[in-house]
Amino acid sequence: MLPDINNTPLALYVHWPYCLSKCPYCDFNSHVSDSVDVESFATAYKKELDFYAEATTHRPLHSIFFGGGTPSLMPPHLVKSIIDHAESLFGLEQGCEITLEANPTSFEVDKFKAFKDGGVNRVSLGVQSLYADDLAFLGRQHSADDAIAAITAAQQIFERFSFDLIYARPEQTPAKWQDELKQALDYGTKHLSLYQLTIEQGTAFYTRHKRGDFRLPDEFLAADMYELTQSLTASYGLPSYETSNHAAMGEESRHNLVYWRYFDYLGIGPGAHGRYTNHEGVKVASRTHLAPEKWLALCANNPHGAHPFEIINTEESFTEAVMMGLRLKEGINLSGLAQRLGVTWDEQINRDKIDMLIREDLLTFDADTQIRATNSGALCINSLLNILLN
Amino acid sequence: MSKETHKLEHIRNFAIIAHIDHGKSTLADRLIQTCGGVEERELEEQMLDNMDIERERGITIKAQTVRLRYTAKDGIDYQLNLMDTPGHVDFAYEVSRSLAACEGSVLVVDSTQGVEAQTLANVYQALDNDHEIVTAINKIDLPAADPESVKREVEDVIGLDCSEAVECSGKSGIGIDNLLEAIVKQLPPPREGDADAPTQALLVDSWYDAYLGVVILVRVMHGHLTKGQKVKFMNTGAERIIDRVGIFTPKHVITDILGPGEMGFITAGIKEISETQVGDTITDFKRPCAKALAGFKPSVPMVFCSLFPVDSSEFDKLRDSLGKLALNDASLHYEMESSQALGLGFRCGFLGLLHMEIIQERLEREFDLDLIPTAPSVVYHIYKTDGTMEELYNPADMPDVVKIDHIEEPWIKATILTPDEFLGNLLQLCQERRGEQIDLTYAGGRAMLTYRLPLNEVVFDFYDRLKSISRGYASFDYELDGYGENDLVKMEIRVNQEPVDALAMIVHRSVTETRGRALCKRLKELIPRQMFKIAIQAAIGGKVIAAEHLSALRKDVTAKCYGGDVSRKRKLLEKQKKGKKKMREYGNVQIPQSAFINALKMGDDH
Ligand SMILES: Nc1nc2c(ncn2[C@@H]2O[C@H](COP(=O)(O)OP(=O)(O)O)[C@@H](O)[C@H]2O)c(=O)[nH]1
Ligand SMILES: C[S@@+](CC[C@H](N)C(=O)[O-])C[C@H]1O[C@@H](n2cnc3c(N)ncnc32)[C@H](O)[C@@H]1O
Ligand code: SF4
Ligand SMILES: [Mg+2]
Repeated sequence: MLPDINNTPLALYVHWPYCLSKCPYCDFNSHVSDSVDVESFATAYKKELDFYAEATTHRPLHSIFFGGGTPSLMPPHLVKSIIDHAESLFGLEQGCEITLEANPTSFEVDKFKAFKDGGVNRVSLGVQSLYADDLAFLGRQHSADDAIAAITAAQQIFERFSFDLIYARPEQTPAKWQDELKQALDYGTKHLSLYQLTIEQGTAFYTRHKRGDFRLPDEFLAADMYELTQSLTASYGLPSYETSNHAAMGEESRHNLVYWRYFDYLGIGPGAHGRYTNHEGVKVASRTHLAPEKWLALCANNPHGAHPFEIINTEESFTEAVMMGLRLKEGINLSGLAQRLGVTWDEQINRDKIDMLIREDLLTFDADTQIRATNSGALCINSLLNILLN
Repeated sequence: MSKETHKLEHIRNFAIIAHIDHGKSTLADRLIQTCGGVEERELEEQMLDNMDIERERGITIKAQTVRLRYTAKDGIDYQLNLMDTPGHVDFAYEVSRSLAACEGSVLVVDSTQGVEAQTLANVYQALDNDHEIVTAINKIDLPAADPESVKREVEDVIGLDCSEAVECSGKSGIGIDNLLEAIVKQLPPPREGDADAPTQALLVDSWYDAYLGVVILVRVMHGHLTKGQKVKFMNTGAERIIDRVGIFTPKHVITDILGPGEMGFITAGIKEISETQVGDTITDFKRPCAKALAGFKPSVPMVFCSLFPVDSSEFDKLRDSLGKLALNDASLHYEMESSQALGLGFRCGFLGLLHMEIIQERLEREFDLDLIPTAPSVVYHIYKTDGTMEELYNPADMPDVVKIDHIEEPWIKATILTPDEFLGNLLQLCQERRGEQIDLTYAGGRAMLTYRLPLNEVVFDFYDRLKSISRGYASFDYELDGYGENDLVKMEIRVNQEPVDALAMIVHRSVTETRGRALCKRLKELIPRQMFKIAIQAAIGGKVIAAEHLSALRKDVTAKCYGGDVSRKRKLLEKQKKGKKKMREYGNVQIPQSAFINALKMGDDH
C-alpha cells in the first residue's frame, strides 16, 4: 500500500536561462542574449504552472527555487508574478522556502529588496572565490569586493542566505584553500555550497584542459582538500549534510533536500527537470526543451514546453532515490524508502554487497534500517553507487 | 571445343617471395602499374594489401593475385598472373599454397639487407614446388645498396646462380623492364594444360566479399571454367552453377571464361562458408576429370588460445564469424569449448602470435564482437600416472598434479640469421629461453644460428625480442621438432585470492619467479584502482611466488548534483553497468578485459 502522496512535500523549480556572460566552466543551461521578451516568459511560466497543477495531486508547495542561468537578472515583478500564480494554484506551505540564485554584481544586488518584496526569502550567491586571480581564471564578472558587498547585502536583507564557492582549482594548495574557506566562514553564513571544480564537456575549460593549458589537483590533493573542507566547516558549526553542502542545524536547503530525499518536484522554464507522482500514483519525469526560443514557442501553442514525459518505474525510482540519498549525511532509511516507492529493498540491492562495503568501511547500516556512506565512502561516492546499484 | 583463352606458352604464373619488408608489395604494385593494370590516379600505395589491417600494419596477410598483360621485346603479348605472398613467419602456410598454383617465383632480396631467414625458407618452399626462380636485387635506389655483395651472398648462402639476377627498385621503377623480360624469358609457361580435356581446376583460395558473396580463386589445369557451367567440387561433393568468371587487374573484371594454365576467380552462388575447401579440385559435373589434384598439406596450428564472447548471447555470432574467417584463412582452426569460468567459446589454433592477434582484431573490428581471449598456449602432452596421455590446450584445465606422471612440450628448430655484432645477445636470448644450440655457421659477414627451443618460450615475445636485440637485423624462421619432457608447472594468477582463468599458464619451473613477478607488475599497471586494496599474486600449486598490491582509490570526481537532473545520472550508472559486461569480476575486483590482453604482451621486462 503506497502512503498518501499528499503527506509528502512538493517543490517547484523555475529555470531562468540567461546570464550576462558565459563562464568557461559552466555547463548549465545558460545563454547570453541582448533582448529578452519578458512578457512571453511570464505567459509561458504560467502556462506550465497551470499544466502541472492539473497533472499532479494538489498540495501546497514546500519550496520554490529560482535557478539558472542567472535568475537575479529577472525583473522582480516577473519573479513576484510567478510566486503569486503558484500560490494561487497550489497554495504555499507555512514558511515555504523561496530561494533565488544571484550573481554578486552590483546591478543585481540593487534588486535584492525588490525580490524580497516579491516573496523571495532566501538567496544563494554565486561567489565562487574570494580572490581576484581565481575569479579572473573562472571568468567571473564580479570582483572580490563585489562578492563581499553582495554577502553583506544578502545578510542584511534576507533572513536566510547561502553562497557557493568552487575549489580544487588549478594551482590551489590546501593551505590557500584553508585561508579562503576560513574567510568565507568568518562572514557567519549558515549555509555554504562548496563544489570541487569539474571539467564538463561543451565548456571552454574542457578544451583548454584537454589542450593542457592547466592541470587540476590530482586525486590525492583533491581528497586532502575535501577532507580539510569537511573538518573546517564542522568546526565552524556548518558540517556537511550533503556531499558538497554545509549548514548549521536547521539551515539546510529545504528545496534541495526534496531532490535528495527523492520527493516530488516540478520543473518549469527551459531545461528544467521534474519528478512527480501523477494521479495514477506513477512517477513521471519531465524535461523541458533547452533552447529558450524553442521552449517559448512550444509553450505558446501547447500547455507546456516539455519533451514527451517519461514514466519512471519503481525499480528505476529506487535506483534514483539511492543515488540521491546516499549523498546525504543522514543516509537512507532503506525499508522506509522501499515502502514509499512500492518495492522490496533487498530485491533491489544485494545484501552481500552491503556487507562487503561495510567490511571495507565504506558504508554503515544502523539497525538494518539506515544506510550511510562513511567518510571514505563519501569520497568515492560514484564508485560506491556503482558497486551498490549495478 | 575451342574457346578463346590465352595460348599456354604465353602464360606465366609466378609468385613474389621475399623476407618481410624487402619490398614485395611495392614491387608488385610497380609491375601492375607498368603493365597498365591500373591508371596512375587510381594507384593507392600498396594496392595489393587489401584488408584494412594489412594496410595499417603494412604487412601482407593473404596472397593476392593479379593478371597483367605484358608485351615483351619479342612482340608477343604475355599473360602474367602475379601472386603477392605474405612474408611473416606466421603466414608461411599461405605462401606454400600460393606456390603450388604457380610455376615460378620472383625472389626479392633487399640490396641493403641481404639474405634473411625467410628468404631461405621461401626459396626452399619454391624449390619444393619445382619453381624456376628469377632473383630481383631490390631497392637499388638506396645509397646503402650493395647489389654485388648481396648477389654473392645469394650465391653463397642459397646457391642460386645470380648471373642473370635483375637489379631493380620497386620504388623508383629502375630495372622494372628488365624484370618483366626476365619473368618472360626465365620462367616457364604452365607445364601442361589440355584445352580439350575435362575441366580440372585447383581451388587456391576463397573469401567472402560483401558484393560477390563467396569468391573462389582458381588455377585452371585442364579444360575451361565458363559462366553457366555446372561444376562439382570433388572433395566436398558440392555441385554448383558458375555465375561469374573473371580476373583481377586488380579490380575484378568479368571474362566469362578461364582456360588451361590461367588463374582467376569464379562465384557460384555459394553462401555457406563450409562449402568450399582450399585445395579442392573443381571439375565439370557432366564430364568430370579422372583424378583430383593433390591439394595442399593441411596447416599445423602452433599456438592456441580460447576465445569467449563477453556477452554470452553472442556465441552464435562468434561461431559464424569464425566460420567466415576460416573460409578466408585455411590456417585458422577452431572447435567449440566450454569453460566453467568463461562459458561457451572456441579453442582456436593459429600459426603464430601475430596470426592470433590479427584474427582477434578482425573478429572485433569486422564482426563487432567483444571477446575474452585466454593466454596463448601451446599443446602439452600430459602423461598421467594411469598410463594415459591427455592433450592440454588450456592451462586452466590442467589435471591435478598428483595424477600427472610427466609433461611433454613441443619443441621447434629455429634458424636465425644475423649480422655478427648481434650474435652474443642472440645466443643469450636463446639460452634464456631454454634453447639448445645445434649449429652455428658463418657466411658472408653474417651468422646462421640453429637452435632447438621450446615452442612455449617462443610464442610470447621471442620474435619481438629478437628484433629489438638486433635492431631489426636478425631474422627468424622455424619448424616443429617433436615433443620433449620438461619440468613444467602451472602458474596461476590470482586477483584478491581468486584465480584468473584467462591468465593461467604453463611455465618451466626455472623461470616461474621472473615470469610471475613480471606479470604481477604489469597487471598492477593495467588494473584501474578500485575502492579497496587489491592483491595480485602469482602462485604455483597454492604457493604464492610473487605478489603486488594495488592501493585503494581515494577519491572520485565528486560532481555537483544540482537542479534535479537525476535521469542523466541514472543513465550514466546504467551505462557503467553495460561497461561492466566488458569487465570480469574477480574477488569483487572489476578488471577490464583489455588488461588481460595487454598483460600478456610483456615487453623487455622479463
Ligand atoms: N628505397 C626503397 N624503398 C623501398 C623499395 N621497395 C620497398 N621499399 C620500402 O620498403 C618497405 C617495405 O616494403 P613492402 O613493399 O611493404 O615490403 P613487403 O613486406 O616485402 O611487402 C616500405 O617502407 C617501402 O616503402 C625500393 O625499391 N626502394
Ligand atoms: C546554476 S550554477 C550558477 C548560479 C549562478 N548563475 C552563478 O553563476 O553564481 C550553481 C553553482 O554550480 C557551481 N558550478 C557550476 N559549474 C561548475 C563546475 N564546472 N564545477 C564546479 N562547480 C560548478 C557554481 O558554484 C555555481 O554557483
Ligand atoms: S556559472 Fe552562473 S553566471 Fe556563469 S554561465 Fe553558469 S549560470 Fe551563468
Ligand atoms: Mg607486403
